[in-house]
Amino acid sequence: MSKQIPFSKRRLPTDKLFKIGAMVAGSYVLVIIVLIVFQLSSESYPIWQREGLAFLTGSDWNAVEGRESFGAAPYILGTLVTASLAMIIGVPLSIGIAMFISQAPKYLSGPLSILIELLAAVPSIIYGLWGIFVFRQIMLDWVEYPLYGIFGDNVWIFSSAPFGLDIFSASVILAIMIIPTISAVSREIMIAVPQQQKEAAYMLGATKWEMFRLAVFPYAKTGLIGAAILGLGRAVGETMAVTMLIGNATGPSAFPQSLFQPGQTMSSIIANEFIEASPASLHLPALVGVGLILLLVAICINVVAHILVSRMLKVREGAINA
Amino acid sequence: MMSSSQKRAEYRLLFKQNVSGRLIVDKIMMGIVFGCVIAAVIPLGSILLEVFKNGISAISIEFLTQVPGAIGSGEGGIGPAIQGTLIIIGMSSIIGVPIGVMSGIFLAEFGDNRLGRTVRFFNDVFMEFPSIVLGIFAFLVIVLVLGHFSLWAGAFALSLIMFPIVARTTEESLKMVPMTYREAGIALGLKKWVITFRIVLSAAKSGMITGILLSVGRIGGETAPLIMTVLGSSQFFSGVDSPMDALPLRIWRMSLLPYDSAQMQGWGAALVLIIIILAINITVRYYFAKKSKKGKILSKLMGMRKK
Repeated sequence: MSKQIPFSKRRLPTDKLFKIGAMVAGSYVLVIIVLIVFQLSSESYPIWQREGLAFLTGSDWNAVEGRESFGAAPYILGTLVTASLAMIIGVPLSIGIAMFISQAPKYLSGPLSILIELLAAVPSIIYGLWGIFVFRQIMLDWVEYPLYGIFGDNVWIFSSAPFGLDIFSASVILAIMIIPTISAVSREIMIAVPQQQKEAAYMLGATKWEMFRLAVFPYAKTGLIGAAILGLGRAVGETMAVTMLIGNATGPSAFPQSLFQPGQTMSSIIANEFIEASPASLHLPALVGVGLILLLVAICINVVAHILVSRMLKVREGAINA
Repeated sequence: MMSSSQKRAEYRLLFKQNVSGRLIVDKIMMGIVFGCVIAAVIPLGSILLEVFKNGISAISIEFLTQVPGAIGSGEGGIGPAIQGTLIIIGMSSIIGVPIGVMSGIFLAEFGDNRLGRTVRFFNDVFMEFPSIVLGIFAFLVIVLVLGHFSLWAGAFALSLIMFPIVARTTEESLKMVPMTYREAGIALGLKKWVITFRIVLSAAKSGMITGILLSVGRIGGETAPLIMTVLGSSQFFSGVDSPMDALPLRIWRMSLLPYDSAQMQGWGAALVLIIIILAINITVRYYFAKKSKKGKILSKLMGMRKK
């Protein structure tokens, strides 16, 4: 006589379902990335169809119906210029901070690293607000007018009259904003340098600075470059503070010619114009196209950065286990 | 080979010259390095000081509860913006937290294979996506399809920022739960999902809460994706299908108006926002300063993404 097992007692393959559920949730991120790239490509297709590669190289930006013409070159260049200036200012500062924090006694390094990381917690919009009302004036009085006075007539990058809302101000704000990222990762990487290496340098009679130069920098080079590139990725995508400080020029005048001239980045033109763009015209596809370029640039930068950083940190795990 | 006393004195002198030069370089470098720290802390101090100084005079009960007044009048407040920020945070969490936690469980429990490594890598890369691109995506798939700006679109965009952070912090805290806990569950004959949800998750609770709070602090200040999704409004909540205001959007709008009164209100809104976000951040840091191992991993993740 075979016993009927009541349905409620029949074993559902719950563990299998659990595993599948977890895998689906885990794969969500991959699906979303593919969807984002696909959506942005398909929605910006009209602009590629019309402008072709001229969209990357042109500089006209006119949304008036009948005279539409879109070229993103000034904004791509603006992004690259602001981000690289921010790197030039931010990377040495961040590496200095990481050196200090990795060496300082605990009672100092703890609070200091919290302070630096609070810089990352301050929202971009508040950087922007502080930027236009406080920082702009400081930059004008203390940096831009003196530089203009000294070099203005001779050096082209300092040529046009300072206004405060320009490429230079935006870059300095960006530099401040990427400091926490770069210094946090650099500190991780400096701590990951095997202790024996540092001790060996001290044994040879090295001073602290020489220890960094002999033992830490050569060993941590890849990782530090990775950290800097991670900061670059952040700087490229940064929107609100830059939008509020860069002056928002459009068209050919947005070409970054001098530091004290209003410019525009890819993210700032999207933030400025997206709401006004009508979905029926080419304006919206053009902005989505700019977004697509921004996304591809950011993906490339971040993939490279993560490969460099994780390779370096993996070496540390190996060193600890050995 | 004996060296004469004269020669030894010469060596001593050379040694001294060598060392003192290097010590001076060392001192200079340490000074520069310390200068870097100061240079980074000054802007933070200035921002906090200015926000408190300018914002405190705007704060009043009416300011915190009223709808915005006529443009430039200096009346009214940011009630809808505060309400909107809280609702958007809540809705993003409803979408983002379950996905993030499940994804973290996948990475920690089943992630030791090719798919797991791919997901972990792209999760980290996705954390760094420009948030404005996520806003465009939410606009294209929700706003454009439904035909109107809505809270849902904004919450969806912010949940995309949220879930990778939750996933990675969940993974890290699950990995810190000792294997013996899981073995105890297996010995009791429990199923894997029961072990994970009842034993492992509750042991890893504090780490996960930290991750969730961190991501809330992150999305609370996001502006860019909100511009093209919830749009902004001057009315209180009227349904998830309509536009809504949020603190960062309000700050943006006010700071661009050419009236002193509006700018003052912008500072007031900034003060409210920064208090909310710093409160979350400091709580998390204080809480995790004691559990330094987790704190280190979390602080590494924290530095990594913004706007």
